[in-house]
Amino acid sequence: MAAHRDVTQLKVIVIGAGPAGVRAAQALVEAGLRPVVIDEGRRDGGQIYRRQPEGFSRSYETLYGTEAQRAASLHGDFDALRARIDYRPDTLVWNIGTKAVHVVTGTRYDELPFDALIVCSGATDRLMPVPGWHHAGAYSLGGAQVALKSQGCAVGARVVMMGTGPLLYLVAAQYAKAGATVSAVLDTSTFAQRVRALPQLLAIPSTLRKGIALMSVLRRAGVPVHRGVTPIAIDGSAEHGVTGVRAKLANGSMLDVACDAVALGYHLRSETQLADLAGCEFRFDHATQTWLPHIDADGRSSVAGVYLAGDGARVRGADAAERAGRLAALAALRDAGIERGDVVTLRAELARYTRFAAGLRAAFPWPARFAAALPDETIVCRCEAITAGELRRVVREMGAQEANRAKAFSRVGMGRCQGRFCAHAGAEVIAAEARVPLESVGRLRGQAPVKPLPMALRATHQTACVKEDAQTHAQEFSE
Amino acid sequence: MKARFVRVAETGRKTFDITIDGIVAQAAEGDTLMVALLTAQDTLRDSEFGDGRRAGFCVMGACQDCWVWTADGERVRACTTPAVPGMSIVTRVALATEGVWPRIGT
Repeated sequence: MAAHRDVTQLKVIVIGAGPAGVRAAQALVEAGLRPVVIDEGRRDGGQIYRRQPEGFSRSYETLYGTEAQRAASLHGDFDALRARIDYRPDTLVWNIGTKAVHVVTGTRYDELPFDALIVCSGATDRLMPVPGWHHAGAYSLGGAQVALKSQGCAVGARVVMMGTGPLLYLVAAQYAKAGATVSAVLDTSTFAQRVRALPQLLAIPSTLRKGIALMSVLRRAGVPVHRGVTPIAIDGSAEHGVTGVRAKLANGSMLDVACDAVALGYHLRSETQLADLAGCEFRFDHATQTWLPHIDADGRSSVAGVYLAGDGARVRGADAAERAGRLAALAALRDAGIERGDVVTLRAELARYTRFAAGLRAAFPWPARFAAALPDETIVCRCEAITAGELRRVVREMGAQEANRAKAFSRVGMGRCQGRFCAHAGAEVIAAEARVPLESVGRLRGQAPVKPLPMALRATHQTACVKEDAQTHAQEFSE
Repeated sequence: MKARFVRVAETGRKTFDITIDGIVAQAAEGDTLMVALLTAQDTLRDSEFGDGRRAGFCVMGACQDCWVWTADGERVRACTTPAVPGMSIVTRVALATEGVWPRIGT
């Protein structure tokens, strides 16, 4: 990017108002800019520091526990920024063109130009299918947490938490503290894996301590915790949903827990569709066994003027996201000819979180082996109820060993969630059936619109020509 | 019908009426439509692919598994849409007259 004579004229767009987006916006405002901040949420905070609706009365301590101060700080700092940014809540970025993002707010369509774009798109749960996960009452762990944090609801009267990752214990402890009934915590990873990960987890001792404290919350609440489990099925009916969970325990015995809801998740996955639409280069990351946009230490992508920060670029947690957001903003400023801030300290801090994140992956590993063992009748694509057997058939009979080809034939990944919840497991099923390395299966290409658009879109006058295009997309996708 | 979600906090809010498949139910101020629906019943939509009823999944606007209809045929995503007084919601394909998601291959 050429040096701008007047920095305040630099058009910077920040996507996302979670920890990374807020800290990026703050750094830009400190430099005298007035960035656009676009967020899908009704209120700032992202998912982790999601703010409850106006009129709700729970304290920060109740809502965010040990993270209350961080949440309050982020919210307070964002409130102070409000008058100095162009904040667009309830707004979806559905496509990214050359130096412009395409947004929709309600039914209003807009195209916003940028010199620099900082994508802080966050993460969602990483999911492994299990027979019966399409039943009503199966939720993602993050979803179960949002229901409690943002709406004061438990997702069921008796909830089983199943999967692995820090969120498994966090959400279970939050439910127990809120007085909800957690019938069991079923962790697919083992205590030995946790012990082996300790050296890396000690990179951030305070977070490690908080994690260990969650265990005593569960113990005090009398919640049964099983490690090293193999999920067998979520039982339930088509009309009324979940009735129980079956799993094989580490000692080989079978466990059958009655419940009316299950929260599932295997740590987190980056939301990378927007980076993809922006044209960023992706590389296979062996540590996470996923394809991720390539970034440098400060969050520069392969596309000039496009920066990626927070869990949407690398899953390293909220504290890391705050630093990565600020670093990305400072990089954008530096690339425009403005030197600001202490990047050396930020980089060193971020490196510690990177080590800690590696520890979490080792402590709570993605159970790739489960994909190959899924019974053929298991639904892999929840959107369109497509089974593992169908996906294996297109691999076997049609030679579809590449993700996009398998998607074209089987429709796994083509549904409304755009592969967010089936792509990782789908790729594992393909790799196992084709007996090829996961890396060679490739990744699903991002498609606009990244989420369904409303049918009736109103364009602002200067973007009328794009309107027709947007509506065509919307109709293709929605009708 | 049995509710799916259980209110464990913020229970003192004012309530108002919404209509679900023609039956009046109570929602609370600040509820998302998803919460209003699932504190009244155990599901909120039909899968278009014949595998039964659904009740949402991600609760954060990513999975698109909680789209319902208004009585006017407009589609709304229940987890990101606030419940408002007088809303009339259709949760069953058989009752929806407009805006039905297509099923590929039919």
